[in-house]
Amino acid sequence: MKILLIGATSAIAKAFARSYAEKSAHFYLLARNQNQLKELANDLKIRGASSTSYSAIDLAHTKTHSAAMRNAGEFLVNVDVALICHGSLPNQENCERDYNMAEQEITVNGLSTISLCTEIVKIFKNQNSGTLAVITSVAGDRGRQPNFIYGAAKSLVSTYLQGLRGKLLPYNIHVVDIKPGLVDSPMTAEFQKGPLWSTPELVADKIIDSIEKKKHTAYVPGYWRLIMVIVCLIPEFIFKRLKI
Amino acid sequence: MQLHGWGRFPRADAELIEPPSAELFPEIFKSERIKGSLIARGGGRSYGDSALSKNIISSRFLDNFLEFDETSETIRCGAGVSIDMLLRTIIPTGYFLPVLPGTGFVSVGGAIAADIHGKNHHTDGSFCDHLVRFSLLLASGEIIECSPKTAIDAFIATCGGMGLTGVILDATLKLEKVPSVCIKRESIVAANLEDCFDLIEDNESSKYSVAWIDCLAKKNALGRSILHLAEHNATGLQKYKSRRRLSIPFNIPAFLVNKHTTRLFNNSFYHLRKRTAGTNIVNYDSYFFPLDNIKNWNRVFGQKGFFQYQLVIPSDSAKRGMKEILNVVANSGKGSFISVLKKFSKSNENLLSFPEAGYTLTLDFKNEPGISPLMKKLDDIVLAHCGRLYLAKDARMSEDMFKKSYSNWEKFIEIKNRLDPNGKFASIQSDRIGLT
Ligand SMILES: Cc1cc2nc3c(=O)[nH]c(=O)nc-3n(C[C@H](O)[C@H](O)[C@H](O)COP(=O)(O)OP(=O)(O)OC[C@H]3O[C@@H](n4cnc5c(N)ncnc54)[C@H](O)[C@@H]3O)c2cc1C
Ligand SMILES: NC(=O)c1ccc[n+]([C@@H]2O[C@H](COP(=O)([O-])OP(=O)(O)OC[C@H]3O[C@@H](n4cnc5c(N)ncnc54)[C@H](OP(=O)(O)O)[C@@H]3O)[C@@H](O)[C@H]2O)c1
Repeated sequence: MKILLIGATSAIAKAFARSYAEKSAHFYLLARNQNQLKELANDLKIRGASSTSYSAIDLAHTKTHSAAMRNAGEFLVNVDVALICHGSLPNQENCERDYNMAEQEITVNGLSTISLCTEIVKIFKNQNSGTLAVITSVAGDRGRQPNFIYGAAKSLVSTYLQGLRGKLLPYNIHVVDIKPGLVDSPMTAEFQKGPLWSTPELVADKIIDSIEKKKHTAYVPGYWRLIMVIVCLIPEFIFKRLKI
Repeated sequence: MQLHGWGRFPRADAELIEPPSAELFPEIFKSERIKGSLIARGGGRSYGDSALSKNIISSRFLDNFLEFDETSETIRCGAGVSIDMLLRTIIPTGYFLPVLPGTGFVSVGGAIAADIHGKNHHTDGSFCDHLVRFSLLLASGEIIECSPKTAIDAFIATCGGMGLTGVILDATLKLEKVPSVCIKRESIVAANLEDCFDLIEDNESSKYSVAWIDCLAKKNALGRSILHLAEHNATGLQKYKSRRRLSIPFNIPAFLVNKHTTRLFNNSFYHLRKRTAGTNIVNYDSYFFPLDNIKNWNRVFGQKGFFQYQLVIPSDSAKRGMKEILNVVANSGKGSFISVLKKFSKSNENLLSFPEAGYTLTLDFKNEPGISPLMKKLDDIVLAHCGRLYLAKDARMSEDMFKKSYSNWEKFIEIKNRLDPNGKFASIQSDRIGLT
């Protein structure tokens, strides 16, 4: 298995990579922290990865994407799975006050992913195969007061993936949209955790499952599908008063 | 947030800090973020309050493997790597760990901090006897290298030192080449305590040896037990096995663990095992980690939690001492589900390490009225026989008892004061037993 992992140092990405390392996968890792990438590449080798390479870039700089994807393609030769994991949870209040901040967050969580997908699709079309898996979020299902900038960026990606999926059907390319609920990772360090929270390891297992089963949209864990159906059913005149 | 150890008692409100990568650990100490005392936490498998403090720094993301060197047969990994993860990684290459605790969820940092022992202490010593080196982050933000040859004081104070000298960031462990991870287990029935001691001593050459005692049996049957002896099998799978299946999602009402159910359990356990005594080949995980497939089994003791009481009595009076202890427990009727008796070989240089030449006994007690006086009674017997209690299990030992039984405590404090002059590292336990 040849895996292109973007945002590779995220907790979910690491858990995902470690599972595949045990199955002797090949990896090309992209993230922005050079030291952490080096450590992760080494860790995956010890856990059984067949080969690893990495490159450190700030993914918000979309201009660097095409070169990075070319390097990845050359290293892996044939890419089986590309998983996009990077993301940031912005401060909603600051984004509402300052458009520059909102723009930056939408770039990281939305536009950069679309840029990456564009490049990955070129590789996949060339080889006539591939699975494109992208982590979005349940936050994209409905704009909620505490995080609608983040949610808007994620739903941008989800909508894009819906359209892309059909476009890629003739090329034997599969598209999976992964929507985690609440995950206990560095991104959510400041939150009080409760029973609905999952671990990055559990989420990674579900991602693997959805890739292998060729799912289209995967809520992880599955109960989030039900929760979001309910959230989306709340009539707007009530919903607009909710601070959830 | 509220945290507790494996025994679910005591509970403490703490600030939990989880630095997402190794390079961020020193930053924590350079910032003004931490106010008040601090202690490291690994898998949270110590039973009492040794990993509880005002601030808790988690090794959760110190989870990388750093180097695997087949020529020196060593592995270097972050302190947050669990024993289970280590086995998962090394077993396919034919290696095993020289010392294993009774659960795979213990972290490498926690294994060093408690200098843990396994079922083979009598043949192979404790965890830190196979420790090549580790790096230790001090309260000053400085990182020092410790091994049996460099920074010796920091080494002997940190191994078994319950996190009080600093945060272990990564460690290098010696591995053991084994023919198979299948375990050839021989189970022998001992009719009573004397019988059990004789059997243990007659079979000292067995690599692994541990006895499961029915601590509620009385009179002639006092200490009746099943002795499990084991070796690695000559052949068999070199395969990691993952098997967490069941989970106890809520607290079992505490009244279900009572005199009658424990007696029933011990009785049936003894008779069941008696029938299946003999030699069996079992996978390593069911031999070493028998309870790991029931997640949160600690919930069976109810909301108020439980105590694990682990004592060691030096060889000279071990047999007399154990008999007295078992008599008191059997007569109280407050016995535990599984009590374990095991022989230790001699102690090492580490200042607060628990094992010493003699016998160790492990008992579980539900937290209920009357349990404190019972444990106090046991304390007196342990002290009278020059024994001591295991800090990794303890949630209630007095300062007086600690200082009487751990003779190196003054030297430990002296070294700790040098490494941590402002006394940043402290746990609820260390405050209680007068180490901080
Ligand atoms: C089912 C079960 C079976 C067990 N069987 C055995 C056994 O057979 N033999 C045995 O010896 N023990 C056994 N134990 C006890 C266990 O091995 C010890 O309590 C061990 O210390 C737990 O490690 P942890 O990672 O869970 O640490 P925690 O419980 O999180 O912490 C324990 C101590 O280690 C310190 N610590 C943790 N990480 C670090 C770090 N990175 N740097 C510095 N200090 C650190 C903490 O400050 C604390 O003092 C068992 C426990 C359970 C629950
Ligand atoms: N945690 C949750 O509750 C949750 C819920 C739903 C969806 N998600 C999504 O799941 C994905 C993984 O998140 P996680 O929970 O694993 O959190 P995480 O560990 O904090 O990972 C986020 C990663 O994104 C990287 N990143 C952010 N901005 C970047 C940039 N400009 N360039 C390069 N890398 C950048 C971060 O790199 P640095 O470490 O270098 O900053 C970090 O590795 C994200 O897409 C997130 O939105 C998470």
